[in-house]
Amino acid sequence: MLFLSIALMYACSKNETELLPTQVDITFTVPANFPAPTYNFENNKLTNAGFALGRKLFYEARLSADKSISCGSCHQQFAAFANLDHKVSHGVNNCQGKRNSPPLFNLAWQKGYFWDGGVKNIETVPLNAIGDVCEMSTDIQSIITFLKNTPPYPNLFKQAFGATEINSQLVLKSFAQFTAVLVSGNAKYDQVSRKENGATFTPGEQAGYLLFKEKCSSCHKEPFFTDFSYRSNGLDLTSTDEGRAHITGVETDMGTFRVPTLRNIEYTGPYMHDGRFYSLDEVLEHYNSGVEPAENLDPLLKNGIALSATEQKQIKLFLITLTDHDFIKNTLYSEQ
Amino acid sequence: MKKSHYLIAIFCSIIFISSCKKNEDAIATDTKGQFSIEFEHQVNGTALALNTTTYKNAKNEDFKISVFKYYVSNIKLSKADGTSVLLPESYFLIDESKSDSKLITLQDVPTGDYTKIEYTIGVDYARNFAGAQTGALDPINGMFWTWNSGYIFVKIEGSSPLSTAVDHALTFHIGGVTDPNNTIRKFSADINTANPLRVRADSKPKMHFIVNAANLFTGTTDVSFATTNFTMGGDKSVIVADNYAKGMFRLDHIHN
Ligand code: HEC
Ligand code: HEC
Repeated sequence: MLFLSIALMYACSKNETELLPTQVDITFTVPANFPAPTYNFENNKLTNAGFALGRKLFYEARLSADKSISCGSCHQQFAAFANLDHKVSHGVNNCQGKRNSPPLFNLAWQKGYFWDGGVKNIETVPLNAIGDVCEMSTDIQSIITFLKNTPPYPNLFKQAFGATEINSQLVLKSFAQFTAVLVSGNAKYDQVSRKENGATFTPGEQAGYLLFKEKCSSCHKEPFFTDFSYRSNGLDLTSTDEGRAHITGVETDMGTFRVPTLRNIEYTGPYMHDGRFYSLDEVLEHYNSGVEPAENLDPLLKNGIALSATEQKQIKLFLITLTDHDFIKNTLYSEQ
Repeated sequence: MKKSHYLIAIFCSIIFISSCKKNEDAIATDTKGQFSIEFEHQVNGTALALNTTTYKNAKNEDFKISVFKYYVSNIKLSKADGTSVLLPESYFLIDESKSDSKLITLQDVPTGDYTKIEYTIGVDYARNFAGAQTGALDPINGMFWTWNSGYIFVKIEGSSPLSTAVDHALTFHIGGVTDPNNTIRKFSADINTANPLRVRADSKPKMHFIVNAANLFTGTTDVSFATTNFTMGGDKSVIVADNYAKGMFRLDHIHN
C-alpha cells in the first residue's frame, strides 16, 4: 500500500502518461443505475494527488485538539464509514456527541448533510467536525498552521494543487476529493438491477424486495434507498432532538430527520439518529409494533407497518443484498 | 467523455466572458478607474469604541460593544440614465477591530458619473451554499456557521446589565437565507447629482459612509436587551435585519 501511494505521488509529480501499470487512477464513476450527481468536481478537479492528500487528512489524528481523533475514528471503513457499536459519536476527551455517525458514501448525490440537513455543501462539512468541542475540538486556523509546519504536507499540497500556500479552501477541497469519491453502487442489488454477471435474487430476497417496494420504498427510495426528505418515523412521542426544526425553525419539522440510506445497512449499526437500535430485528419490530403517534409522524406510518415474522425475515434478506463488499474492502479508501 | 466536458466548459466560459464584455461596453466606455469607500463606525453620533464606552439603546438601556463586523457585497453603481454596473466579486468583511478593513477599494470600475450605489448587507443566496471560499468569505474569518452552513451577515457582541444571558452577554449573529427567516437585505443610497461619484482613469474618489451600530436595535422595532439578547438566525434575526436595513448606513459625503 505504501508502495502504491508513493507510486501515486511519484506519477502525479511527473506526467500522467507515465503511470505505472499497477497504478490505480482515481476516478469518480457514476454507476449506470444512478442519476447525475449534485457534486461533480467542476470546481475541484479530481487528481490522484488531491485524493491521496484528502485520504491522508481523513486519517490524520494530529488534526484534533488532543491528537487522538481523526475523521476515520468515527467513520470506519469496515462499517461503510459509520461508527461501529457507537450509539452516538465519541470525540476528544471521551466526549459523547448527541447523534449517531452516519455512513459516508454516495455523498456526491446529497443536497444536505447531517441528520438535519444543516450543511449544504460537501466541501464545508468538515468544518463542523473540526470545530465541535465534542468531536475534534480545534479550529481550521490551527489545522492550517499544523499542516504548514508538518512535512510532508507542504509538498503534498503543492503536488495536489500546485499551491505553495495552504489555506482553508485547499484543505476543504482535498477533504472533498476523498469523501465525494466514495461511491457505493456495487451491491448484489445493483448487479441484479443492472442484470450483471447473471446475478439474481434468491426466492427469499425476491419476496423481501417486493415487500420492501410495497412498504418501505416511498421513503427509502431506490437507488439511494432514501428520497433525501426529512420525516419522523415515530421513534418518540416527543423528540428530545429538534431534528430538522433546528435548521428551519419550522414547527412541522420538529423531530424529523433525513431518511437514511439503507445501503450497507448490515454494517452500519447501531441505527437511527441516536443509535437506539442495535439490530435490524429491533428496527423492523419498531415499524411493526413500536411506532409512536409523534407530533409530526409521517402520515404513511399512521398505523405502523404490520410485518409478520416471515415478512420481517424476507425484508432482512433483501436488506443484506444492499451490502457492497467491494466498497467496504476497497483498499484505496483505507488508511495507508 | 471527461475531455469533452472540459472543452464545453472552456467554450462556455469563453462565450460568457465575451458576452459580459459586450454588455459592459454598452453602458460604459472601455476605460476603468477605481474608487474607495470608507465606513466610519459610530453609535448614535459618537465614534464607536469597543469594550470601553457604555451606550444606550432606544429603550434607554445601557450596553457595551465588544465585536462589530459585517459583510458588504454585490456593490452596484447606477448612472442618471438608468444604466448600471454590478462590480464582480465584490465581497468585503468590515471589522471594527481591523482598521484596514474599514476602507475598501474597488478596482476596474468602468469610468463614468454615478448617482446611486446599492449593495447587499450580507452575502447573496448562492454563495451561502457554495463550496469552500477564500478572501473575505474564508470560514477562517469566524463569520461562517458550520452547523447550519451559511454566513453570519452582521455580528455584534457585547454586554448589557439587562441581559439575562450568562455574563449579561449580548450575542447578535444575524444570518440565514431561507424563508421565513431570510435576512439578506439590500441597501441603496442616491448620490447628489450635483456631486456624483466621478470614476475616472486618473483619479481616486472616495465615498464616506457613517455606520451607526445602534441601529441594529431600532428603526423598525425597538429591541429590549431584557427580552432579546441572543440570536443566531431565526425570527429574532429578522427583526434585527429589518432594523439595520433601514438606517444603519448613511452616505455622508464624497471626495471626488
Ligand atoms: C467524533 C466523531 C466524528 C468525527 C471525528 C468526525 N465525524 Fe463526521 N459525523 C459525525 C456525526 C455524529 C455526524 C452526524 C452529525 C449530525 O447529523 O448532526 C457526522 C456527519 C458527517 C458527514 C455527513 C454525512 C451525511 O450523510 O450527512 C460527513 C460527510 C462527515 N461527517 C465527514 C467527516 C469528516 C471529513 C471528518 C473529519 C474532518 C469527520 N466527519 C469527523 C461524527 C464524526
Ligand atoms: C414514512 C417514511 C418511512 C418509511 C415508510 C420507512 N422508513 Fe425507515 N426510516 C425513516 C426515517 C425518517 C428514518 C430515520 C429516523 C431517525 O433516525 O429519527 C428511518 C430509519 C430506518 C432505518 C435505520 C437506518 C440507519 O442507518 O440508522 C432502517 C434500517 C429503516 N428505516 C428501515 C425501514 C424499513 C425496512 C422500512 C419498511 C418496512 C422502512 N424503514 C419504512 C423513514 C421511513
